[in-house]
Amino acid sequence: MDTQLYLDLYYQMVLIRLVEEAAAQLYQQGKIGGFLHLYIGQEAVSTGVISARQPQDRVITAYRDHGVAINVGIPAKLVLAELLGKATGVSKGKGGSMHLADVRRNFWGGHAIVGAHLPIAAGLALGDQYQESNAVTICMFGDGATNIGFFHEALNLSKLWNLPVLWVCENNLYGMGTAVERASAVSEIRQKALGYDMPNSRVDGMDVIAVREAALEVIDNIRGGGGPHLMEIVTYRYRGHSMGDPERYRAAEEVKRWQENDPIGIYRRYLESHSITTAENLDAIDQRVEQEVAEAVRFAEESPEPPPETLFEDIYAE
Amino acid sequence: MARITYREAISKALWEEMERDPSVFILGEEVGVWGGTYAVTKGFYDHFGPKRVMDTPIAEATIVGAAIGAALTGLRPVAELMTINFAFAAMDHIVNQAAKLRYMFGGQMTLPLVIRTVSGGGRQLGATHSQTPDAIFAHFPGLKVVAPGTPEDAKGLLKAAIRSNDPILFIEHATLYQTRGEVPDEDYVIPIGKSKIQRQGRDVTLVTYSKMLELSMKAADLLSKEGIEVEIVDLRSLRPLDMEPVIQSFKKTNRAVIVEEGWRSYGVGSEVAARIYEEAFDYVDAPIKRIAQKETPLPYNRTLEQMALPQVEDIVRAVKEVL
Repeated sequence: MDTQLYLDLYYQMVLIRLVEEAAAQLYQQGKIGGFLHLYIGQEAVSTGVISARQPQDRVITAYRDHGVAINVGIPAKLVLAELLGKATGVSKGKGGSMHLADVRRNFWGGHAIVGAHLPIAAGLALGDQYQESNAVTICMFGDGATNIGFFHEALNLSKLWNLPVLWVCENNLYGMGTAVERASAVSEIRQKALGYDMPNSRVDGMDVIAVREAALEVIDNIRGGGGPHLMEIVTYRYRGHSMGDPERYRAAEEVKRWQENDPIGIYRRYLESHSITTAENLDAIDQRVEQEVAEAVRFAEESPEPPPETLFEDIYAE
Repeated sequence: MARITYREAISKALWEEMERDPSVFILGEEVGVWGGTYAVTKGFYDHFGPKRVMDTPIAEATIVGAAIGAALTGLRPVAELMTINFAFAAMDHIVNQAAKLRYMFGGQMTLPLVIRTVSGGGRQLGATHSQTPDAIFAHFPGLKVVAPGTPEDAKGLLKAAIRSNDPILFIEHATLYQTRGEVPDEDYVIPIGKSKIQRQGRDVTLVTYSKMLELSMKAADLLSKEGIEVEIVDLRSLRPLDMEPVIQSFKKTNRAVIVEEGWRSYGVGSEVAARIYEEAFDYVDAPIKRIAQKETPLPYNRTLEQMALPQVEDIVRAVKEVL
């Protein structure tokens, strides 16, 4: 792995972190409506997984989608503009925080009905298989999604038809406020693959390099015709489920313990201790990101509202 | 012109479109080896092979979900839900996904998707297998809902649906499959979202669609013998709903009866009647009548079931009442 790629992973994680902090602030200022689910704490998951994809590989995720949007290459300003409901947003202001997508970047959306995008992901993979492309579909979802029927239907179909899909469960230990062991009969999500005779793995989601390497190997295998794989990536969200979550379901000490395991901090120490780069270089990236996010916020705030006539646009293609 | 059944018309539309366009494929329960539970896809598996005629597990959400995903990649899937009663298990994917993805993502996504399914009671299949809940699906902007009542319309509308770039719920009727009608020999499509005058008349406007068109035509024949000439408007598509021919006809007759097989409450009749009142109130000479299914789950017993379903006599009586 060349130095530039190491630095790029760092850049992306910091960018996600600062975009999310800016979003939290904009939400508190009343500039973002609806729900806002922050990705803070989980940055290494999508950064690592998506760094392992090739351009033809499709990505689809759930509603905690800002990190994925950044990782697939959507400029921060277009993400923030969407959060503010502006015409310049990736979804023209009609999707909001939960519904970012950029089809040109092969990002097929944030999806807000828990588990519902899993059958759609199977279909994306089916489309590629039918058209004999070598693309892999990367489908990300939370631990909570593994208890709904959609998950089981989609996993079964993917194995039955040997679809090129990587199922990525981001296990952040809570589905909203319900701990995994209070909602799932098995606390290791990977075990759910066994019923479908599907290869599976469990990865440390606070370690971006571990995630990337695991994803590279598995995606390569799927691309070679190996069929679907369920990868459970264990992570933790530092903020509430969404803004305004009183967090009665977990202790402050637990959050603090995980924060000491910050994926960005871990990676920074890794880069320095392995002499991949210097603290000064990383500080310079931090500053570049701060500036980029400040400009993105300005762009989003100054962007126009969608014109009224767009209310009736894009309901149908014909 | 050839005289073929509703089933043959649908089957031919599918077959011809699959021959014409390699991106068209079928997926659903028992569509392949079995040949379709209503025999619509009989012979397809042998001819087109398992890649294009895909037998699925009994998993409706994933049948529709996978069809959505495949459509997003540019294919033209025709997903079959064995009956509309099973569409409830796929409700999220029909109304929350298929109907919304394009709009929600600012027009980035295109879904050339057809979901074929079957409505209708009258075969003693009991409450969960006999429903006609078409109107529910027509409630959602972003989805198109087509429900043909004749072989000619079935073929032309299904071809149009397969060639369309929008998600379409194509509702066939379980007891129309044996119905015969004239169908053009040449390749043709019928534009989606156009109502059609199926019978001309001067006295009362009868608005209907699907199976109830058949009953309405019979009622019209009986009434004609008594000198009452009804004009029958076949909606053919519930969304978009083409009210133009209805309003035009109503302005001529000033009286309307709406016939649907589904329940009256919040139904097709409610919508059509409201629109007539909104758009042609000055032309109303009598209260608009709605003929619909009795407000009960459909019973198994044949006599009770027929009591609950609209009958030709109900239509005849309603027409006389508005005169």
